[in-house]
Amino acid sequence: MSGPPVTESPPPRSTHQGEDGAVPQESHRPSWRSIGAGGIVVLATALLVGSVLVAVTIGQADISIRESWTVMSDRLGLAALQVDALGLGARHPSQIHAEVIWEMRLPRALNAVVVGAGLAIVGAIMQTLTRNPMADPYLLGISSGASLGAVLVIVAGLGSGLVGVSAGAFAGALAAFLLVLMIGQRSGTLTPVRMILAGIAIGQFCGAVTSFVILWVADPHATQDVQFWLSGSLAASRWSSMRIAAVILVVALLLFLWHARSLNAFTFGEDAAASLGVDVNRVRWVLLVTCALLTGVLVAVSGAIGFVGLLLPHAVRFLVGPDHRIVLPLSTLLGGMFLLWVDTVARTVFDPRELPVGVVTAMLGVPAFIWILRKRQVRA
Amino acid sequence: MTSTPHDAGSRDAGHTPARAGHSPIRHGLDVHDVSWSVKGTVIVDGIELTAPATKITGLLGPNGSGKTTLLRAVARLAAPDRGVVHLDGVDLARLRRRDLAQRLAVVEQHAGTDHDVTVLDVVLLGRTPYRSALQGDSSDDRALARQALAQVDMLDFAERRWSTLSGGEKQRVHLARAFTQQPALLVLDEPTNHLDIAHALSLMSLVRRSGLTTFAALHDLNLAATFCDHLVVLDRGRVRASGTPHEVLTPQLLRDVYEVDADVGVHPRTGRPLLTFHPPDEVLPDTAEPWIPGASATPETVARGRS
Ligand SMILES: Nc1ncnc2c1ncn2[C@@H]1O[C@H](COP(=O)(O)OP(=O)(O)OP(=O)(O)O)[C@@H](O)[C@H]1O
Ligand SMILES: [Mg+2]
Repeated sequence: MSGPPVTESPPPRSTHQGEDGAVPQESHRPSWRSIGAGGIVVLATALLVGSVLVAVTIGQADISIRESWTVMSDRLGLAALQVDALGLGARHPSQIHAEVIWEMRLPRALNAVVVGAGLAIVGAIMQTLTRNPMADPYLLGISSGASLGAVLVIVAGLGSGLVGVSAGAFAGALAAFLLVLMIGQRSGTLTPVRMILAGIAIGQFCGAVTSFVILWVADPHATQDVQFWLSGSLAASRWSSMRIAAVILVVALLLFLWHARSLNAFTFGEDAAASLGVDVNRVRWVLLVTCALLTGVLVAVSGAIGFVGLLLPHAVRFLVGPDHRIVLPLSTLLGGMFLLWVDTVARTVFDPRELPVGVVTAMLGVPAFIWILRKRQVRA
Repeated sequence: MTSTPHDAGSRDAGHTPARAGHSPIRHGLDVHDVSWSVKGTVIVDGIELTAPATKITGLLGPNGSGKTTLLRAVARLAAPDRGVVHLDGVDLARLRRRDLAQRLAVVEQHAGTDHDVTVLDVVLLGRTPYRSALQGDSSDDRALARQALAQVDMLDFAERRWSTLSGGEKQRVHLARAFTQQPALLVLDEPTNHLDIAHALSLMSLVRRSGLTTFAALHDLNLAATFCDHLVVLDRGRVRASGTPHEVLTPQLLRDVYEVDADVGVHPRTGRPLLTFHPPDEVLPDTAEPWIPGASATPETVARGRS
């Protein structure tokens, strides 16, 4: 025993002296505790803010970095960001450039951050609660359910405003989720593969009905609408579109953080959580309904964007381990940053045409899906 | 089982960190008329038993006799159809989950995870019922966790990843987590599963030395005879016998419940019952092969031939 003697008398026997000397390197995780959770969160926040500042300078219209920042600092009334103050010399940005930055690029960047953050955190929560490493709001058909709910509300004329569409999306998300949970279980236990299969089936079905409904009432933008609701896009982002989503994201994040310890207690399953004092039923239903709500309002902003909720939590756990007290905040920040950059690439790489952002997330997500499937020995 | 645990019989409390908080009055566990059924099939029926305070009570019975089900009902992981369970005079059904978890710790029969946790993370889970949502792990929590790891001889493994542990190591870490919960009652479902004989003995001595009231489902009857102060035998969901090892472990009971022939002697060093079993068909396989000198003599065949 190399540790300090903690008990009064030594432990009864030690038969592991021999093999411990050569513990394989990879059995230890590089610990984030050396920087501390606070340090990591501050660092990631700084990176996220920096990403937004840089991303808004990139785009089709030829607007200089200097101009971009001048517009933002003008609007925000921040002297510190004034290019003059940096001594770079300023040319006052044209009205059109100012509009492009303030009314298009910045809201689009912030929408991307909100949607990416929300999808990532929903993925993290669902992976823990369903004990399914492949859980993702898109793969489980919940995003498609939300799309269908939103489209039905619009078509039925119940409201085309953000509130009505969000409410419809929430209802659709919740219905799809409940169906997947029902189909995905067998004698009371959820089996991951069964759940994914149920999710794909529900997702395909909701997608088909969504297309059908849109094309049925076909208006001139029908195909674009189908594209938006089924694979997601941030092209229509405005300041107003993220109002509800941003509020729900903050509320959900606080609620999830409040349950971070309880989520850790699910490490060995529901019974273990219960025997550690967690009210499993209450926690599960509160969090799963919140996941459906958040997914719904995100889909109302951006349509159904896939794989962010799958990729990000795994990447974060790979970096800092599985403790939800750090996984949740970091998934939020890195999820936002991830979707911001993916969207920036998607809107610029084939300039002047745009790639739908969901196309890029799928290209990144499917290889990750296969990797997780192989690595984690997912229980069938 | 012929070896003797070096400290069997001595009951050295004080290894487990002192209980924080509640009532020092120890009545032990009292199970009254507990039944549980699933889809109309009664799995355990009208169970009456007591597990005396600070003693180890062993729960015996063949596969499928309802041991796990009964333990789950006691720990309120499954709500019994009827019956009450008292621990140290408190009706467990009246406690909130969190309060229950401060009094009762469970080590399950099969508890695995695919989360990439470390050993220390797992042991610290035992502090869950004591901490509010946003509190971190205090240095006291860490000290308790390390102390519990030292108790189960796993301190050197604190930073190891769960997935790299052997089955027996995982079991000992689960026990350390249970100790870290600082319970009044330990509920163990086949705790010596996966353990080699040395670790099985050492784990049971650990449990014994912890001084905690313990209710443990066990399969190894000699281990139960050695370590348990009190035994309860389940058969098809009902209590078939209960009492001291000498009272319970009789050839008649073993024949009735397990359908095996057994001789019951007295362990020369512990004074506990010592069981030897015979195959049910009474026809012994012909193991004593004739030994031909020089023919393919490996050390094993030589040894076997001589015996
Ligand atoms: N949820 C359930 N649904 C159906 N049958 C069940 C359920 N739980 C337990 N049983 C049945 O109840 C009986 C008792 O099961 P239990 O797990 O309690 O046995 P056990 O004594 O722990 O057995 P073992 O020694 O194999 O661990 C078994 O026949 C089992 O099949
Ligand atoms: Mg069992």
